[in-house]
Amino acid sequence: MSESNGATGIGVQRKDAQALWEEAYRKAKLRDVENTTISGVPLKPIYTPDDVADLDYARDLGYPGQFPYTRGVHPSMYRGRLWTMRQFAGFGSSAQTNERFKFLLDHGQTGLSVAFDFPTLMGYDSDHGVSEGEVGQVGVAISSLMDMETLMDGIPMDRVSTSMTINGPAPIMLAFYIACGEKQGVDPKLLRGTVQNDILKEYQAQHAWLVPPEPALRMITDVMSYCAGHVPQWNTISISGYHIREAGSTAAQELAFTLANGMEYVRRGVAAGMDVDTFAPRLSFFFDAHMDFFEEICKFRAARRIWARKMRDEFGAKDPRSWMIRFHTQTAGVSLTAQQPENNIVRTALEAMSAVLGGTQSLHTNSMDETLALPTEKAVKIALRTQQVIAEETEVSHVTDPLAGSYFVEAQTDRLEKDAEAYFAEIDKRGGVVPSIEAGYIQREIHNSAVQYQLAVERGKKKVVGVNTYVEDKDAKPEIEILKIDPAVERSQHERLAELRKKRDPKKAQAELDAIRDACRHPESEGGNLLERFVAAAHAYCTLGEIADVLRSEFGEYQEPMIL
Amino acid sequence: MAERKIRVLIGKPGLDGHDRGAKTIAAVLRDHGMEVIYTGLHQTPAMIAETALQEDVDVVGLSILSGAHMTLFPRVREELEKRGKGDVLMTGGGIIPQDDIDALEEAGFSKLFGPGTATDDVAKWIKETMQERWKNEEIEA
Repeated sequence: MSESNGATGIGVQRKDAQALWEEAYRKAKLRDVENTTISGVPLKPIYTPDDVADLDYARDLGYPGQFPYTRGVHPSMYRGRLWTMRQFAGFGSSAQTNERFKFLLDHGQTGLSVAFDFPTLMGYDSDHGVSEGEVGQVGVAISSLMDMETLMDGIPMDRVSTSMTINGPAPIMLAFYIACGEKQGVDPKLLRGTVQNDILKEYQAQHAWLVPPEPALRMITDVMSYCAGHVPQWNTISISGYHIREAGSTAAQELAFTLANGMEYVRRGVAAGMDVDTFAPRLSFFFDAHMDFFEEICKFRAARRIWARKMRDEFGAKDPRSWMIRFHTQTAGVSLTAQQPENNIVRTALEAMSAVLGGTQSLHTNSMDETLALPTEKAVKIALRTQQVIAEETEVSHVTDPLAGSYFVEAQTDRLEKDAEAYFAEIDKRGGVVPSIEAGYIQREIHNSAVQYQLAVERGKKKVVGVNTYVEDKDAKPEIEILKIDPAVERSQHERLAELRKKRDPKKAQAELDAIRDACRHPESEGGNLLERFVAAAHAYCTLGEIADVLRSEFGEYQEPMIL
Repeated sequence: MAERKIRVLIGKPGLDGHDRGAKTIAAVLRDHGMEVIYTGLHQTPAMIAETALQEDVDVVGLSILSGAHMTLFPRVREELEKRGKGDVLMTGGGIIPQDDIDALEEAGFSKLFGPGTATDDVAKWIKETMQERWKNEEIEA
């Protein structure tokens, strides 16, 4: 690569050309901007073969579908199957969300994704005192199997795949779903989907937890082992960087903390006596697609390579499916602005493109109005159409990992891998992920990045159109329709719960709650698997809050370390 | 008077776990020389009012991204009034549609801040408002 026939003339050595360029660059008048990634990492003006001198194609890239999967997890990628277009949806009552699901399926969406309200996410029934004002607000309220039956009414559960974004009470919600399938006559073996069930990042970033880390991790291993036998097509966990990034982390922190969490789950599964290859193929991942186009693409590539190396070389996994990171991506909610909200359509399109060029398996595109409220039907449709335009019109789906070999992309992929390794070492030094959470280390790292970014925007070092540049009249109110949740949802949930408690067999429900208490205390006993107990309790119409109360009383409640 | 420090409580009422904004504001207000108490997550209105009383704060700022703002703002004020702290300066922010901001401001929540607000603007507004209040208190005294 030392010869160049470029614009500098035939026969000029590349090094000479580089020296000429460097001199010209030094003399050039540059714009007064900070040349860094959105994460604050300095960027060179150009990248050259020198930046990838150590790159070994076979070792570091390989072919799609081959170790270390840097170029993608499938040999044919989007020529074989496009990514799944999966819009996260949920609001109000289970009947309203059921209607939205049918709307999305009618418009070409290929999978469902359920958003729950805060009471559900925290394991409280809609009629609990702390739920006041929050029922159905940011997602759908699901307090029992009865609500789940309404949610999935008329949707063939053996044919649609469903993703459920819930963590603390995830095993309970999965039990409602399995029981609901059984009521539809669907064998659990046919159920396909994902439950987020990633409790570690809850303590780090999203903060919807139920019990402290150790019992929470036990429930997760119970889910992994139960599903391996009974619900084999279910992704038992979606290890999520999305919330870490949205809470303010850099790209490298998102990558590092997510994969560190992933490795912790693997360690726990192995420690519980499972062979790594029995559960690792069902682990899935979930990343953010932020505004820094190239840094994001490199992050996705680095994630695949790091995971493959860790799983094969450190955890000794033998099944190639254990080595592959399959991931869902959502465009960055935090990048949306309340100012000039229509611009958010453009932001989302660019972010979605980075996810596609980064080889995502499924994608959610945000709606333009989400900094103001939950999205309207019109806004959701534009967001879905954005993915369809990328898939059908831009022709990017034909070539896999098209940016491989770019000096910049390969150098930045390496840089992110190295940054992640440095964080793994820091976490190890602190005794692992759980001690790092308990000491507030990970939370503090994320918080510091959030403050730095906020100050960079306020000082004009990072620009946001409509916020600190190209600003329009501050008092102009956005002309945009807002989705409002009817407060009647809360009242009708109260009525539904009252009816359920009247209609069910109280002795049967109490017996199942007692069985859960026993299983909490005796994990090794017959029937000690908590997911198995939750499925039985779901059929007896025990409510989410009743089951969660047993867990809270047995395991205690989590107290977050204060980092401020 | 310049030495009197403004005491601010930043509260997260309800079940909402989004604390990026609350913690960022808390850190920045502290850099502006205020005494800042952050409640932590998942607080009931009564817990927030009790902390406001114990810490004898001048300002209560609530961060709500859960859509429950129309319930939680008035609840926190009721609890503050019960404890004789009804005169505290109340403000806040989060994912709050403009119509709701207008309604809450009309109901006496002096000023609410939406997405895209510069933290410096919040700090400046708190300082100016408190200085004005203290000046009036002095005149009355």
